[in-house]
Amino acid sequence: MKNIEQGTLSKKKHQSDRMPAAIRELLPAVSALLLITTVMTLINHKFLLPSNISNLLLQQAEPAMLAIGLVMILFLGEIDLSVGAVSGFCAAIMASLTARHGVDPIVAILIAVAVGASVGFFQSIWVVSFGIPAFIVTLAGLIGWQGGLFAVLGQQGTINLTEPKIEFLTQAFLSKSFAWTVVILLCSVYIFIRIQTVRRSRELELEGTKLILVLIQSAIFAAILIILLLYFQRDRGIPVSFFIVLSMATLLHLISRYTRFGRQVYAIGGNLEAARRAGIPVKRVRIQVFMLATVCAAIAGVLGGSRLSAVGSGQGGGTLLLNSIAAVVIGGTSLFGGRGHIWSAVIGSLIIGAISNGMDLLALASPIKYVVTALVLLAAVTFDSVSRSRSAKLTP
Amino acid sequence: MPALLSLKQIKKSYGPIEALKGVDLELNAGEILALVGDNGAGKSTLIKVLSGAITPDSGEIALDGAVVNFPDPRSSTKHGLATVYQDLALCENLDVVSNLFLGHEELFKIRFPHILASMKMQRMAIDLLSSLSIKLPSIRSRVEQLSGGQRQAVAIARSLVRDPRIVLLDEPTAALGALQRRDLIQLMRTLRDRGLGVIFITHNLNEVLEVSDRVLVLRQGSNISTAQIKDITEASLIAVITGISDDLVSKVGA
Repeated sequence: MKNIEQGTLSKKKHQSDRMPAAIRELLPAVSALLLITTVMTLINHKFLLPSNISNLLLQQAEPAMLAIGLVMILFLGEIDLSVGAVSGFCAAIMASLTARHGVDPIVAILIAVAVGASVGFFQSIWVVSFGIPAFIVTLAGLIGWQGGLFAVLGQQGTINLTEPKIEFLTQAFLSKSFAWTVVILLCSVYIFIRIQTVRRSRELELEGTKLILVLIQSAIFAAILIILLLYFQRDRGIPVSFFIVLSMATLLHLISRYTRFGRQVYAIGGNLEAARRAGIPVKRVRIQVFMLATVCAAIAGVLGGSRLSAVGSGQGGGTLLLNSIAAVVIGGTSLFGGRGHIWSAVIGSLIIGAISNGMDLLALASPIKYVVTALVLLAAVTFDSVSRSRSAKLTP
Repeated sequence: MPALLSLKQIKKSYGPIEALKGVDLELNAGEILALVGDNGAGKSTLIKVLSGAITPDSGEIALDGAVVNFPDPRSSTKHGLATVYQDLALCENLDVVSNLFLGHEELFKIRFPHILASMKMQRMAIDLLSSLSIKLPSIRSRVEQLSGGQRQAVAIARSLVRDPRIVLLDEPTAALGALQRRDLIQLMRTLRDRGLGVIFITHNLNEVLEVSDRVLVLRQGSNISTAQIKDITEASLIAVITGISDDLVSKVGA
C-alpha cells in the first residue's frame, strides 16, 4: 500500500520538503530582487534607506496591482492588453463622481470597481463565445477604453482629486498597532495551519513534512515579516496603498492554490480541451478570471489617481501596461499558461521599481533605465523558455 | 441475465457519410472486448457514442437491460462508463493527484469557498494507484515529468476514480514501448478481474489474441463478426478485417 510513497520517495527524499513549494517557484525572482537590491545599495547606500524603499513601494503600488490581475490571465495562457486603459477609465469615473458629482468617495470607488468588472465581463464574452483571441479583443479594449477615459474627463482634460479619503490611500501609512496586529495574526494563522497539516497528514499516514521542519519554516516566515516591519517602521511605516496590494496578492494566492476555482484556472491554462472533457465549466472560469483582472485594474486606477491627486488623460497609459506584463514575466510566471505564482506579480513589480528607482538615484539618463529593464525582461523570458524545454526533455 | 452493456442498431452519419450503419455490440462484466477493424471502420465513432462525445442518429444503448441516453460526456460518466482518450487528456502542468481528481475534486465540507481537501485526495490517490500496482516516482510529480507509460497509467487510474463499471480505452498501447505495454496489459487484466467490462481499440493483432476475451470486428461501419478469442486464429482475424471472410470462426476460404 505504501510502496508508492515510501518505496521510491523516502529513499531519495525530495528537496521539496526543505522549502515550501511556493518559495521554490519564486526563488529565481526573489534572488534577482536581492541581487539588484545589493548592487544598487553598493553603488549608492541611499537606496536601502527605509524612506527610499517606502517611496519605491508607493510608486509601484499601481503597476503591482495591475500585474496581480494579469497573473491570473497568464495562468490561463491568455493576455489582456486592455487593463491599463481600463484602469484609466475606471479612475476617471471615480474622479468624476467624487469631484464633479459630489458622490461619497467610497461609493465612487465601489462604482469604479463595478465598472471594471463589467468591462471584463463584456470583453471575455467576446473571447469565450466567439472564440476571438483575447489579444485582439483586449487590443480593441485598449483603444476603446482610452476613448472612454477622454470622454469622462471631458474638455477640462484633468480632474483634481482633493478628497481626503482618496488621498489617504496613497499618502497614509499603516499605524504601528495595526501593522503589528496584522503581522501577529498572519504568523499565528500560518503556524496554526502548518501544524494542522502535519497532524492531518499523520492521521492519513501520508509522507508529510517533519514537524521540526515546519517549526523552522514557521519561525523563518515570522522572522521575515517582523524584520520587514521593523525596517519600515524606522521611517513612516508601510504605505496603505502597498498594504492593499499585499492583501489582494494574499487573497488571490490563497484562491489560486487552495480552492477548486484556482485548480480549474491552472488546469485550463495547462490543457483547455482536457479541462473541458473533465467537466470543468471552462467558459465560466475564463470569464471570471478576465473579470478579476479588470477589477484589479480598476483598483490600480484608483491607487494611481490617488497618488497623483488627479486623473488626467495619461492615466493608465504610457508604459504602465507593458511594465506590468514585464513584471509578471520577470517574476517567473510563464507566458505559455498553466504555470506561475501570484506573488511573481509583486516581486516582478518590485524588481522593475528597484531598477528604475536605483537608476534615478544614480542620476542616470532614462535611456539606460529602459535598456536595463529590457535586458532583465529578456533574461526572465529566456529562463522561462529554457526551463520549460528542459522539463519537457525529462520525459523519454 | 442481460449483458452489462448492449448496443442495438447504432447508426451515425456525418452528412452523406455513414460512419456507423447499425452496429450491435454486447459486453459482459469481467470481460475484455477488443474492437478491431481497418481505418474508417467506425471504431472511434463507436467509442465516441459510448463516451457521450457524439449522439447517435438512431439505435439503442442499454445497461443491464435498461435503455439509457448519453447526450453529453457527463451523462456517460454518471452511468458508470469511463473513457480514456487516445490523447489521454491530462493537464501536464499539474501533478498526478490533481489530474486524478480533475473536475471531481474532493472539497472541505463547507459551502463556500470550495477549498480543496488536498490531503484526503493524496490518500485516496495512493490507495488507488497501489491497488492497481501502478508505480510512479511521486504522486506529486507533474505529469510532464512522467514517461508515456506512466501517463497512460495515470489516465486509466483517473477513469477509475469514480468507480465505473465499464472502461473504454482508445488505442491505449499505441504510443508505448514493450515494457510499458506489458504493464498496461496487466492493468487491463486487473480491471477485468475486478468485474469491470473493458472495451479497447487496437491495431495490434497480437495484442488482441494475448489480452482480450472476445473480439468484435468492424468493417465500413458495420459489425461483421464476433467470437471468443480461444475460438479464432490470427489468420481468420486478418481475413475478416480485410474482407476476405465474414466469419471469424470458420476456416479461411472455407
